[in-house]
Amino acid sequence: MNQLLQRELTSTLRTRGSVTNPLGFLLLSLLLFALVDPGAQGGQGSYLSGIFWVLILLTNLLSLDAMFRRDFDSGALEQMLISAHMPFVAVLMRIFVHWLSSGLLMTLFVPLFGLLLGLESETFLPIMLVMLVGTPALSLLGSIGAALTVGFSRGGTILALLILPLFLPVLIFGSACISAAVSGLSFAAPLTWLGLFSSSSLLLAPWATWAALKISVEMQ
Amino acid sequence: MSGSFAASLKQLWHKLGSPRWFYQITHNWVRGFGVMAAVMLVVGCVWGLAFAPPDYQQGNSFRIMYVHVPAAMVAQSLYLGMGVAGFIGLVWRMKLADVAIAATLPLGITLTALALFSGSVWGRPTWGSWWEWDGRTVSTLVMLFLYLGIYALREAIAEADLRARAAALVSLVGTVNIPVIKYSVEWWNTLHQPASFTLTEKPAMPAEMWLPLLVMVLGFYCFAGHNVLSRMRLEILRREANTRWVAELFAAKPVSASITKES
Repeated sequence: MNQLLQRELTSTLRTRGSVTNPLGFLLLSLLLFALVDPGAQGGQGSYLSGIFWVLILLTNLLSLDAMFRRDFDSGALEQMLISAHMPFVAVLMRIFVHWLSSGLLMTLFVPLFGLLLGLESETFLPIMLVMLVGTPALSLLGSIGAALTVGFSRGGTILALLILPLFLPVLIFGSACISAAVSGLSFAAPLTWLGLFSSSSLLLAPWATWAALKISVEMQ
Repeated sequence: MSGSFAASLKQLWHKLGSPRWFYQITHNWVRGFGVMAAVMLVVGCVWGLAFAPPDYQQGNSFRIMYVHVPAAMVAQSLYLGMGVAGFIGLVWRMKLADVAIAATLPLGITLTALALFSGSVWGRPTWGSWWEWDGRTVSTLVMLFLYLGIYALREAIAEADLRARAAALVSLVGTVNIPVIKYSVEWWNTLHQPASFTLTEKPAMPAEMWLPLLVMVLGFYCFAGHNVLSRMRLEILRREANTRWVAELFAAKPVSASITKES
């Protein structure tokens, strides 16, 4: 398992573009919103939290495409499918490293985003907690779509069509959390729902991703 | 004897996977469902639209319930059916499971859209707006997108076997949405009223109101059976066009009533 993790981490660090580009996209698009509507800054709770989460979703969507593509093109994916000792762990490592480079990274940048959007600094930690709990579900559910569409030459839009319905509950509860946090109310209830999505997709999504990978590999 | 019973069950299960056997056995079912659907829909429509008493709060606008509720119920059932077909297709690799998914998609999409549209029309006079974001509307919209996504996926993959498995996988994964739709009115405070029919309680409406609803629901189910089975039969004919039994079917009865009726 350690070897798998190391391999995934090295591979990700070597293609720094696939990590930094989505982050840059998130930063830029938040900037766009902040520029366009100065009135949306400073705790206009629900408007802001919704936008924030939508952009997180879209950024995740961008980074998902690259999850399996390089290995698919080079044939390493087929090798993994044939030789994996524990399929669940193999897929989970891939998803975990993807989450490290997308969800976790975005969480660490929340103070910067908060400054851009004019949020109060007390809300930064709650927002980071919410994202920490919610973004694993995005990586996990997104991996199913990424695995299904890796064989398509222009599969990007179908990926979005398949994955966004699964993302919607995360979006709803995530933005409910943030709007509650910004208004100073308790966000425990939506946070628990996010935890439910993350933990249940942790158990179920890798199997679906594995099955999807096996289907996609035959599409070459 | 349990031995031969289990053996004959297993044989029945594998027989169900045979397109030819399925085609032959569903010939009468299609006609039966069609007739029952026609009768029940006509009776239900007339009864619900003309003879049921007006609601004391909503007046006559509640009558759209007779279209909205059956459409929504059947759309969810069809998705559940697709999920089951997906499971069977992935586990037993039955071709017929993929035929079932392909056949259910058009009606499923139409009924979900009809449920959303009729719900919107009903919401205008009662809730005051064409659309509200509550648990049930959102999850039904998610179901529509799942249907459309599976449709797009099928269009995108050319190879039949891979198309079948991919569609089966997505159908199965999307089944988690169905309990959300069903229980959203219990889990959250929503604008939607709770379920009209439950297994354990009497409906909250008087009998003159829920009886036509029951008839409409059953009529929609029969129509779904008729439609899905017809499409499955057509799809089977398409896929098995090069086999001998299909050729014999067309050679023996050139102007066959059974074939021309279901096209």
